[in-house]
Amino acid sequence: MQDNFLFQAFIYLAAATLALPIAKRLGLGSALGYLLAGIAIGPFVFGWVGSADAEVMHFAEFGVVMMLFLIGLELKPSLLWRLRVPILGMGSAQVLLTAAAFCGFGIAFGLNLRPAIALGLILAMSSTAIALQSLQERNWLKQRGGQASFSVLLFQDMAVIPILAILPLLATRRNAEGAAAGHSLLEGLPAWQQTLAVLGAGVAVIVLGRFLARPAFRFIAGSRLREAFTVFALCLVVGIALLMQIVGLSPALGAFLAGVVLAESEYRHELEADIEPFKGLLLGLFFLSVGASVNIPFIASNWGMVLGGAAGVVLVKFLILLGIATVFGRSRRDALLFGFALSQVGEFAFVLIGLAEQLHVLPRDWTRALVAITALSMMATAPLLMLLGWVPHRSANKNVEETVEPDLPEPTERGRVILAGFGRMGNIIGRFLQANQVPVTVLDTDAELIEGVRRVGLKAYYGDASRLDTLRAAGAEKAKEIGEMVKKHFPHLEIMARSKSRTDAYELINAGFDRVYRETLGTSMDMGAEALHLLGFRAYQARRAADAFKKMNEVSVRELAPHWGKQNYFEMLRAKINEAESKMQGHGLIGGAVDRAWDNEALREDQERGELRR
Amino acid sequence: MDSSVLILFAHPALEKSRVNRVLIQAVRDLPGVYFNDLYENYPDFQINVAHEQELLRRHSTVILQHPFYWYSGPSILKEWMDLVLEHGFAYGKTGTALHGKTLVNAVTTAGPQDAYHPTGYNHFTMRHLLSPFEQTANLCGMKYLAPFVVHKSLAFHNVGEMMPHVKLYRTIVQKLVEGSLDLERAAKVERLGDALFSETEYS
Repeated sequence: MQDNFLFQAFIYLAAATLALPIAKRLGLGSALGYLLAGIAIGPFVFGWVGSADAEVMHFAEFGVVMMLFLIGLELKPSLLWRLRVPILGMGSAQVLLTAAAFCGFGIAFGLNLRPAIALGLILAMSSTAIALQSLQERNWLKQRGGQASFSVLLFQDMAVIPILAILPLLATRRNAEGAAAGHSLLEGLPAWQQTLAVLGAGVAVIVLGRFLARPAFRFIAGSRLREAFTVFALCLVVGIALLMQIVGLSPALGAFLAGVVLAESEYRHELEADIEPFKGLLLGLFFLSVGASVNIPFIASNWGMVLGGAAGVVLVKFLILLGIATVFGRSRRDALLFGFALSQVGEFAFVLIGLAEQLHVLPRDWTRALVAITALSMMATAPLLMLLGWVPHRSANKNVEETVEPDLPEPTERGRVILAGFGRMGNIIGRFLQANQVPVTVLDTDAELIEGVRRVGLKAYYGDASRLDTLRAAGAEKAKEIGEMVKKHFPHLEIMARSKSRTDAYELINAGFDRVYRETLGTSMDMGAEALHLLGFRAYQARRAADAFKKMNEVSVRELAPHWGKQNYFEMLRAKINEAESKMQGHGLIGGAVDRAWDNEALREDQERGELRR
Repeated sequence: MDSSVLILFAHPALEKSRVNRVLIQAVRDLPGVYFNDLYENYPDFQINVAHEQELLRRHSTVILQHPFYWYSGPSILKEWMDLVLEHGFAYGKTGTALHGKTLVNAVTTAGPQDAYHPTGYNHFTMRHLLSPFEQTANLCGMKYLAPFVVHKSLAFHNVGEMMPHVKLYRTIVQKLVEGSLDLERAAKVERLGDALFSETEYS
């Protein structure tokens, strides 16, 4: 039964289905849920999935590849620049101090210098998946502690690349039995040449991404078939991974590079939307298989060492983080948040541990213990963050200087307005907002149009705004604008809807949208006012009359909307038109009854009666 | 700098006005007068600051002609002051563009002359109530003259009844263009018309 692929798949999926909602309800976060479910189905508890699941693990590692690709997609130079101080300052401090500390421990526990360095680098990493997800779930990402966590994770993500390159150099003996990827063409090359190959392949990916990917995307997008795009996106990531594997490098590294190369591309959001679900599934599978590989008997027989090790690792990481946050001037609560959020050992450690094992950088019993310690440290994050719930925000009794934080950078560089469609109106609105330094994200399914828009300097992406995941990738969680779906999934968004006609407006209003704009109203009133002026009306009078008429018209559309399609509609409409006309003409002058400003007639009457006091 | 006159006219509803319509007809086409109709030129209040400053540079006398609303000018006049009289142009260390020029208010009020008196229902004199304009002129290095005022502006039944005021206004504007008005005296009197009486008989 265990050999049956469908049975295996069913067990994994069922475990995830059960574990996720439970973990969520317990406030543990999905990563921890997967881990626990993995332990449960693993060979040491229920034994539904075998221990010989290296293949599953290998396959699931692809989730990490995809995650790195997505991280790369998010890493735009402008974002890096805004967060440069926390990223470079806090990030490098965290990685170097933590690595140094654990390197010291390693030597103290009898490791040589090279393996000790590898140990330090492995334990310095934190879990992007666990930390970011936990912070996002609790809505803490925007707090200063959350910002700092995000920045340090970003730095770690980048640090992984040199670490992956350094690791082969730390190998204590030549890997005789075929290294990392098994069938590497670079096998047997000296370490420095392998390191050089990392850089060479990186350059290759950049060049390919710059010059080949975009024409390909344009060609695919031209077909207007959604699957074609998804297939190609997957094909791209898999292809890069394969390429990297052929030259014996980390597929994750290649995917990350490809992500960065495509971060400025107009297809970024669509790519994110396409890859994201696969990443989520595979990463889940990855956590599941990590859980399954947690060697319960090993922990049971070495429980003192493993538990003590995990507690020690978390404590050391936490203290170093706390110190860094304090040095960088974060408040006590932010420092605690930062310390707890990043106190675990990250999923990269699994990759690095695997690599270290393959390269014989670390002894086997060390790597076994490290896997267990890493898994346990991950499980500690959720309870630790729960503790933080008891630390009060002190902003209530702080003075203003402490409460108001100077120039808080946004966690991610994303447009705050999404323009769904870039037609005649979107075009003008987009340029207007851009001129006012409002970041605009344009989504349109016309690849050629998008390219033109980008040439003008607007941020535009290929994507279908009626697709939920594209919206999410475009930052809908933070921005404003689109339809029913937006309202349902992003209830905090302000939706501004363009309508082509009055009847169009009725339907939008009746569907519950408050901000409805008829595309012809503004221009009509401009022309109307100008016509009055040309006919001899005072310019200001014409302007005020047009403004007043427009306002009445907006009101009447909203009042008439519920009657649209009903029997009394035309009756109501006629009444409204009459009402507007009589209001405009109230005092024999357009604008007369709209307001009584400067209405001398009434004053003159007072004057005649000798009652005027002005 | 020639000695010509810039009239900044501000009336939000000229179509409802009578006196101001006649007053502007009497002066807008005089030689040496540039007539600037603020509400007509800027119905959306988007005042062209550079253009307005250039007009100020080119004229030696500025007349603010407007109805007297809530003891001040209509709102666009304040907008114009806020935007055009910039630091570095109208005031401040390098703001000398208006130095030596003359500023006059030409206003219409519904209330009678005796209301603008410590014992009248408005309690203050016109000069008193116009003191923000006077101090604006001071700060900009301009000479501020007594105001030209038409009281009881709503009480006229026909153009004939307005004529004395119209003629007086036209004479004053002409004299300002010619540079023949005694500015020292015009600055001291209560109403600008008083500066004329001793020199020129007007009927």
